[in-house]
Amino acid sequence: MLIDCPYCGARDSHEFTYRGDATGTRPDPAAENAGEAFHDYVYLRDNPAGDHLGWWYHGAGCRQWLKVSRNTLTHAINAVRLARDEVKS
Amino acid sequence: MLPHMRYSVFKVLRDGLTSNRHLQPAWRDAVPKPHYDIVIVGGGGHGMATAYYLAKVHGLTNIAVVEKGWIGGGNAGRNTTIIRSNYLLAANEPFYEWSMKLWEGLEQELNYNVMVSQSGIINLIHSDAQRDAYVRRGNAMILNGAGAKLLSREDVREHLPFLDFDNGRFPIKGGLQQPRAGTARHDAVVWGYARAASALGVDIIQNCEVVDFLFQDGRIAGVKTTRGDIKADKTALAVAGNTSRLTSKLGFRLPIESYVLQAFISEGLKPFIHGAFTFGAGHFYCSQSDKGELVFGGDIDGYNSYAQRGNLPVVEDVFEGGAALIPFLPRLRYLRQWAGICDMSMDGSPIMCVGPVPGLYLNAAWNYGGFKATPASGWCFAHTIARDEAHPLNKNFRIDRFRTGHLIDEKGVGAQPNLH
Repeated sequence: MLIDCPYCGARDSHEFTYRGDATGTRPDPAAENAGEAFHDYVYLRDNPAGDHLGWWYHGAGCRQWLKVSRNTLTHAINAVRLARDEVKS
Repeated sequence: MLPHMRYSVFKVLRDGLTSNRHLQPAWRDAVPKPHYDIVIVGGGGHGMATAYYLAKVHGLTNIAVVEKGWIGGGNAGRNTTIIRSNYLLAANEPFYEWSMKLWEGLEQELNYNVMVSQSGIINLIHSDAQRDAYVRRGNAMILNGAGAKLLSREDVREHLPFLDFDNGRFPIKGGLQQPRAGTARHDAVVWGYARAASALGVDIIQNCEVVDFLFQDGRIAGVKTTRGDIKADKTALAVAGNTSRLTSKLGFRLPIESYVLQAFISEGLKPFIHGAFTFGAGHFYCSQSDKGELVFGGDIDGYNSYAQRGNLPVVEDVFEGGAALIPFLPRLRYLRQWAGICDMSMDGSPIMCVGPVPGLYLNAAWNYGGFKATPASGWCFAHTIARDEAHPLNKNFRIDRFRTGHLIDEKGVGAQPNLH
C-alpha cells in the first residue's frame, strides 16, 4: 500500500503510523450533553466498508499528520491532504 | 441424530468396505421457509454453536442460520486454531474457562472429530516485570479453575529447546503455561456444529446474504436476503467483522472497527513443537499442525479494512518476531498466507446482549480471539436469545459498558482498537 504524501511523494505505508478515524470532531466539554457527546466521540464509529477517512502520521518521512481517504474494501487511496489544512483554527 | 448417521469406527469400516457409496452429506442444505422463530445471521462457528445449543439445551428447533457464503468460509476457516482460557479479568476468565470445558467434551457432544489436542500453551517471559504480570494472571487462572504453571527458564528449555534463549535483546527468562490449552481443527468445529444442529432440525441456508431488516410494530421482524424475505420473531447477529455493516442499516453505530488479521503456514516439518507458544517481547505466536506445518501469526494490520487480505509491513513484522525467537525460521519455506476480518472493539472485549433494538440480539466484537470462544459464545448467546436476558457468564459483555465506564480492557490500552 503506497500513500501519496503531499511532501514526500508516494511512500510505503510502513513509514506511516495510523491514528484512527478522522471523521469525529471533539465535542465541547462545557456543553450540556457533554457526557453523551464524548461517549459517541470516543467509542462509536461508522466503520464503513468502502471509503473511510483516517489520520496517518508520516513518522519515517516528513513527520506531518495527514488526512487520508482510503477504500477499506480495496485498500485504494483516494486522496491525501495535510491535516493542518483540514483542522479548523 | 438417526442411528445410521452417527459416526463411529464401525461406520468408517463399513463405508470403507462399500467404497463410500453410502456416504451422506453431513447436513441438509435447506431452502428458506417464510417464517422461523429465530433467524441467526452468520453461519460461522459462533452462529452454528448458537443454533446447536438453542436446539439442544433450550429445545427450540424452528431456527434458520443464514450464511452469505459457505459454511467454514469466513473466520472459522481463517484462524490459527489455538484454544485457551488464560485471561486475567473477572469479566472474561470464567467465560473462557467455560469455553475450555466445553472444548474438552465437544467431540462426544457433537459425535464429530474436531481434533481437540490439549497440548498446552506457553507465554514466554523476557523480563522481571513480565514475570510479575504473568504470576498475577496465572493466579487469576488458578482461582477460576483454568490451571496455570509458572515455568523456569530450564522448564521452558525442556518444552521448546530450539528457541533463542540467549537472545541479546530478549533473553527467555521463563514462561506461563496453561497445560489444558491447545488446538482444535478449526473448520471441523463449524462443520461439527452444523451437522449436529441440522440433525436437530435447524435449517442451514448458504449463499444467502442479508441485505436489510424487516420491521413490524417497532420491532425487527426478520431479514431481507438475496433469497427472499425471512420473517422471524427473533433476529440474532453473529457476523464478526461485518457487524457494523448490518447495524448501519438500522441507523446505529457500534464501538467496533474492522481490521485484518493475517496468518501464515510453513512447509511441513517433522513434529518438534508440542502445543502453542507466544513471544513475550513482540507479537508472534506459533504452533505446529498435525500435518507438520508451522502455523503462526502476529499483530493485526493496523488500519481499518474489510479486504480479507493483508499487506507486507505486517508480514515483515511477524517474520522478524519469529526469527528473533526461532533462529532457523528464516530457512523454512512458506506455503500460504491469508487474512480474516476482525471486529475490534474499543476495549478489546466482546459484546453479547439483548438489543439494542427490540427483536435483535447481538454477538460481536470478538477481536482476534473468537475461535477459542466458539463453544461458550454459542452456549451463552443461545441462553441470551431463548431467555431474553444475558447468561451470568456474558452479563458483563454489555454494549452500554462504554457509556457507564465498566470497560473490560485486558491490555489496558484504552479506546484504540488497533492496539488491543
